[in-house]
Amino acid sequence: MSASQAGTVLVTGLAGRLGRRVARRLHRLRPVIGLDPRTVSDLPSDVEHEAVDPLRSGARKLFARGDVSAIVHLGVVHNPQASRSEYHSQNLRVFRRVVELAETFRIPKLVLLSSANAYGPRAENAQFMTENAPLLAGERFSEMHALVELDMYAQSVFWRMPNLELVIVRPANILGTVRNAPSNYLRLKVVPTLMGFDPMVQTVHQDDVAQAIERALLPGVRGIFNIAGPPPVALSKAVSMLDRKTITLPYSVAKGGLSSLFALRMVSFPAPELDFIRYVCMCDDTLARTTLGYAPRFDLEQTLRAVDAERWAT
Amino acid sequence: MDRMAALTRLTDAAASRALPVIGRAFDAARRRAEEVSRKVLGEDFQSRVEWLRRRYENMGGDPFGLDPDVAKSAVTVLSFFHRLYFRTETFGLDNVPETRALLVANHSGQIPIDGAILGSSLFLDLTPPRVGRAMIEKWAVSLPFASTFFNKVGQVVGVPENARRLLAMEELLIVFPEGVRGITKPFSKRYQLQDFGSGFMRLAIETNTPIIPVAIVGAEEQYVNLGNLEWAARLLKMPAFPVVPQVLVPGGQLPLPMKYRIYFGEPLRFGGDPLDEESVIADKAWLVKQTIQDMLNRALAERKDYLK
Repeated sequence: MSASQAGTVLVTGLAGRLGRRVARRLHRLRPVIGLDPRTVSDLPSDVEHEAVDPLRSGARKLFARGDVSAIVHLGVVHNPQASRSEYHSQNLRVFRRVVELAETFRIPKLVLLSSANAYGPRAENAQFMTENAPLLAGERFSEMHALVELDMYAQSVFWRMPNLELVIVRPANILGTVRNAPSNYLRLKVVPTLMGFDPMVQTVHQDDVAQAIERALLPGVRGIFNIAGPPPVALSKAVSMLDRKTITLPYSVAKGGLSSLFALRMVSFPAPELDFIRYVCMCDDTLARTTLGYAPRFDLEQTLRAVDAERWAT
Repeated sequence: MDRMAALTRLTDAAASRALPVIGRAFDAARRRAEEVSRKVLGEDFQSRVEWLRRRYENMGGDPFGLDPDVAKSAVTVLSFFHRLYFRTETFGLDNVPETRALLVANHSGQIPIDGAILGSSLFLDLTPPRVGRAMIEKWAVSLPFASTFFNKVGQVVGVPENARRLLAMEELLIVFPEGVRGITKPFSKRYQLQDFGSGFMRLAIETNTPIIPVAIVGAEEQYVNLGNLEWAARLLKMPAFPVVPQVLVPGGQLPLPMKYRIYFGEPLRFGGDPLDEESVIADKAWLVKQTIQDMLNRALAERKDYLK
């Protein structure tokens, strides 16, 4: 049975750049409704958009219509400049509500977009971490706690609601028109790197992530899946392939400078995120390739170039 | 006009007489440099580098970050020590398979020169050339430059997942089961193998990988360690604090130029359950240890000269 034979899929975080890519991909196969309090203009005409917060009662009405058979939860907010406690609890509260609604209306499928960054960059990491590896990103940065706890909360749903087909998708650094830390980093005019560190990095094209989500929606699929794109490269190679200028700084200087700039709200990267360009944090996506039949369509060049594709984006 | 003609004559003379002399001198110097580098690196060094580059390109790049260009520079430097300083001689290289294997060797010499020379002999002496992949300490990876350098020359962080992945890639894994106990052993215990860890044996059984016992002769005498000061090691939080008087002599910081002899033994294969009790696994590891000890004893009996 293919995804096209199933009912309506509800996408939270539809107005985001990745949300729109996913909606564009899925609407050819099955009806799509989007849930996002933000406004969105450039959707295919058959994609419905409800501008409500999932926590509001309006969201409940959507579920009550009875045609929703799957939820894709992309509505995880990464706003490092927001008050820490607020965005920490907000993400968990929203996801909890989504799970409750899935339970109440007996929706059989829920896909959560997590991230392979939840494993955390550490010197002693195995080069490729499987889905069993502990999520240690919160060990050194509290900013990553929200993501780790969301993923953990989702894992508890596996045993609390055995009838729900829950899929946790943990992609590597998503590159494309999306406004996430790795894409923003590679879009910088002058890319800072750390003196003496050149870790291998793993990237995945935003449309490959959309492909993985489509495959995660197939009936019978449940569990946790790492998603990686083309073979990993050294960070310096990735930056040089984009013809960016680089500036190499000692770690202590970069950390001090970034902390000050972040405090002044001049950059969106909190200082602990420097560890992502210092140590290795890569995942093993063998399970997704064998179980989901996932295979990345974009090669390294295309994946990296996707961060500059904004002006062509719809 | 006269002046111009004189200048022309002068430049002509320079071109016809002085330039050939300089050119010949330059050519001679270049030939001499090429000769030395050919002697040190071997005739086919470039083709070895290209062979390895193709091997990793066919894999879609090495996922651990091996960079053939950095590895080439490192081996170029190392080849001086390999050929001229330690005059390394290898025996039984045809025992090294073209597929995956665990190279289990004795470890000694206060600093891990033995690992580097073993690696360079796989690159320079083995045909087709291979990159020996060793596992490095976790803390080394947190140091700037060191982490990048080790990764680019093919060394990886010492966790079991990485070892399994390297073997799945049909790589040669260099293992020193004596670990710190071996490298810090005093001169009085030279060529006496210390206790073997058993992790390598579980790995070999689990992945059905042949073990190539390797005996390295020469490294154990490169630094004369009179003993380890335990209190100093505790104080400085170092694994050991060896007393090596030679470092006080000018130039003694370099290792003694002993002749390195590297013996590759016949492949050993082990079966059974990788999750067996420690005593069962330790027995199998002991067999490997004994094989290497025998190889060392034989090599030492045959050795007539420390330096030749």
